[in-house]
Amino acid sequence: MQMDASILFQIAGIGIIVALIHTILKQMGKEEIAQFATLVGFIIVLVIVINGLSDLFQQIRSVFLFQG
Amino acid sequence: MDIIQIVTLGIIASILYIVLKDLKGPFAFLIILVTGIVIFLVVIKQLGAIIQLIETLGQRATINGMYINTILKIIGIAYITELGANITKDAGLGAVAAKIELAGKVFILLLAIPIITAVIEAILNFIPST
Repeated sequence: MQMDASILFQIAGIGIIVALIHTILKQMGKEEIAQFATLVGFIIVLVIVINGLSDLFQQIRSVFLFQG
Repeated sequence: MDIIQIVTLGIIASILYIVLKDLKGPFAFLIILVTGIVIFLVVIKQLGAIIQLIETLGQRATINGMYINTILKIIGIAYITELGANITKDAGLGAVAAKIELAGKVFILLLAIPIITAVIEAILNFIPST
């Protein structure tokens, strides 16, 4: 439970920081790099989320469906 | 007191969502997704005990294991379908959510086929063949 709540804060923190980086890079006039930074941040968060999702699906499968 | 933790988690997630919604990017949606996953994980840990209870009760009553297994599978499909449909609906894809729900219903019906046929067989046995 402790770890689970920290995932939420992790994602929120990454989101805020990426938005900040995006804004700063856009102000500097580097639109493409800003888009790229957003994409990288999104992929990092996506990896975290997909880990959680696979964990959840494994749990559901082991509890309900009696396979692996 | 897991329920207090879950409610706190929901409130924190709402606050973070409101903060992230104004910033651009897909992170707000991922917050929703992770919150759903975390709450589901907490619930499913407790659900194991309930399912064990159901299984022991079924064994006590000497119910055929196939029926209980089917019912548990149906419950699992219902949970997963609900999760997927809700998340898809939150992302703004109402049509896809409806299709996911349709798929869940179809698969539940597919799993229930053996039970339905068993019921129909039983009914047919009651009716005297003329």
